Amino acid sequence: MRHRSVRGRLAHATGLAILAFITIFPLYTVIVSSLKPLGDVRGEFHWIPSNLTLQPYIDIWKTVPLAHYFVNSLIVAVCATVASVTLAIFAAYAISRYRFKGRTAFNITVLSTQMFPGILFLLPLFVIFVNLEKSFGITLYGTYVGLIITYLTFSLPFSIWMLVGYFNSIPRELEESAMTEGATPLQALFRILIPVSMPGIAAVAIYSFITAWGEVLFASVLTTDETRTLAIGLRNYSSQTNVYWNQLMAAAIVVSAPVVIAFLAAQRLIVSGLTAGGVK
Amino acid sequence: MTAVREPVARPEEARARRRQPLLSRRRLPYVLIAPAILFELLIHVIPLLSGVGISFLGLTQFFIRNWTQAPFAGLGNYRRALDFGGPIGEGLLHSFLITAAFTVIVVALAWGMGMLAAQLVNSEFRGQRWFRTLFLVPYAAPVYVSVIAWSFLLDRDNGALNKLLGDLHLIGDEPPFWLIGTNAFWAIVMTTVWRLWPFAFLMILAGMQSIPKELYEAAEVDGASPWRRWRHITLPLLRPVTGVLMIILFLWTFNEFNTAYVLFGPAPPSSADLLSLHIYVNSFVNLNFGLGSAMSVLLLVFLLLVTVVYIRVFRVGSDRLAA
Repeated sequence: MRHRSVRGRLAHATGLAILAFITIFPLYTVIVSSLKPLGDVRGEFHWIPSNLTLQPYIDIWKTVPLAHYFVNSLIVAVCATVASVTLAIFAAYAISRYRFKGRTAFNITVLSTQMFPGILFLLPLFVIFVNLEKSFGITLYGTYVGLIITYLTFSLPFSIWMLVGYFNSIPRELEESAMTEGATPLQALFRILIPVSMPGIAAVAIYSFITAWGEVLFASVLTTDETRTLAIGLRNYSSQTNVYWNQLMAAAIVVSAPVVIAFLAAQRLIVSGLTAGGVK
Repeated sequence: MTAVREPVARPEEARARRRQPLLSRRRLPYVLIAPAILFELLIHVIPLLSGVGISFLGLTQFFIRNWTQAPFAGLGNYRRALDFGGPIGEGLLHSFLITAAFTVIVVALAWGMGMLAAQLVNSEFRGQRWFRTLFLVPYAAPVYVSVIAWSFLLDRDNGALNKLLGDLHLIGDEPPFWLIGTNAFWAIVMTTVWRLWPFAFLMILAGMQSIPKELYEAAEVDGASPWRRWRHITLPLLRPVTGVLMIILFLWTFNEFNTAYVLFGPAPPSSADLLSLHIYVNSFVNLNFGLGSAMSVLLLVFLLLVTVVYIRVFRVGSDRLAA
């Protein structure tokens, strides 16, 4: 489609410009506001800021225990990602390479869990956590472990689905030849299939991490001050009387940076993972 | 495993190793899949069943620490939720209608913008990669961050949106409130579409790239207009992608919680009272878990019905499940 008419090119450029503007407008506002002194942010919005300062990026760590929330989010997201990817690899390997009873049932269950509203699980999960503690002394409510197993379960179904698609696209002959040479199925998985599937596994890991990093609903109920994650902690930049908008915007950028960079760096992987797992 | 061993010459040894109890050929798939099933049971299946159970109980704040003591309510919670003459049923119906309107508008806009962007990016021009990356930023950022950003933009007096509309002379001297009254509905629509359309873009672009270029070249030789090429090549060949995309967008949007919750907290304006938030308020603010669960179950039944009908009608993903 290289030979365009002038009108075609103009329409093309206009369309892109409008979509780009819609995307950039909020991003620009956030970035510019994170660089303004508090007085300027409170006043009328100006496209071109008159005073620029990096002070908000220093203050965010003092106004609110941001580092504490950051560490909490990091612990929860990293553990949930590692656990979810590990479980997904084993499950996807079984589904992709073996025919066994209950395989289709598992497939359907995995898919249908995606449609259930989070709010439906939240109520009973909360009650179950509270009662597990009461009856067996297992504390899950308000702990990292409780949040980690919740998040790993959220990303697990989709991760399995994506990995099954990925594994299916890799010829079995690779592992079969290893197994005829005496390798066990698990050795074949670790030495052959996993190294070859690294792009797919990376895509799944990033997906799991983003899911855990951005979750709000369950974090709002299942965390305490001690285990509060960023999703809930950012609220504390607004008090009854005051909203530190410049700091809130600076914190928003700091909090987004890791996931946005990871996602954009891996966008090709994610697209191919989606195509292998979901689109076809 | 040592290299000296010759498995071909000694097959009985290889077989003996596979007969190890935990990793026998027959059991291995079950062992591999067991941890995933265990967590699915603990976090998805058991809470789902408990939720159905709770919906038949009068589980209010008095019974949270000893829920076995909660009185059996039978269908009482369902009756109250579906009694559209009473205040609870009326609230639920209102919330359902708001959510339905919200879903239709958001899914249509997200699909339209995603399709337009994919169409524009899926041609060769300089800076193509930059646009693709830029369009993905709103989707990559955490949900709560984009909602917080929009809550800042939507401020009546000092927000950038009213500034923009004022500069374009689209509003008069009296700038509108976005976060209260009926405009709150459009506030959640804008916010949700802004961070959801890149997902549609991503899926549609991936689908478009698998359409053979020759088809378009042939159509161009035959003199088909861009519109006809889109209508008769792109759209039909994207059908499998569109099928999955639409149902995912529908489920996500109908279950949308974050936008309204982060914008308004537990007290949304009535025009932005989405179902998930409505149920959340009834359960965790009004502390009536029985009623909240009954509403969740009703929501689930509705979503299941729509999904089953949709999959039957459009035969979505059937090839995938069979694979």
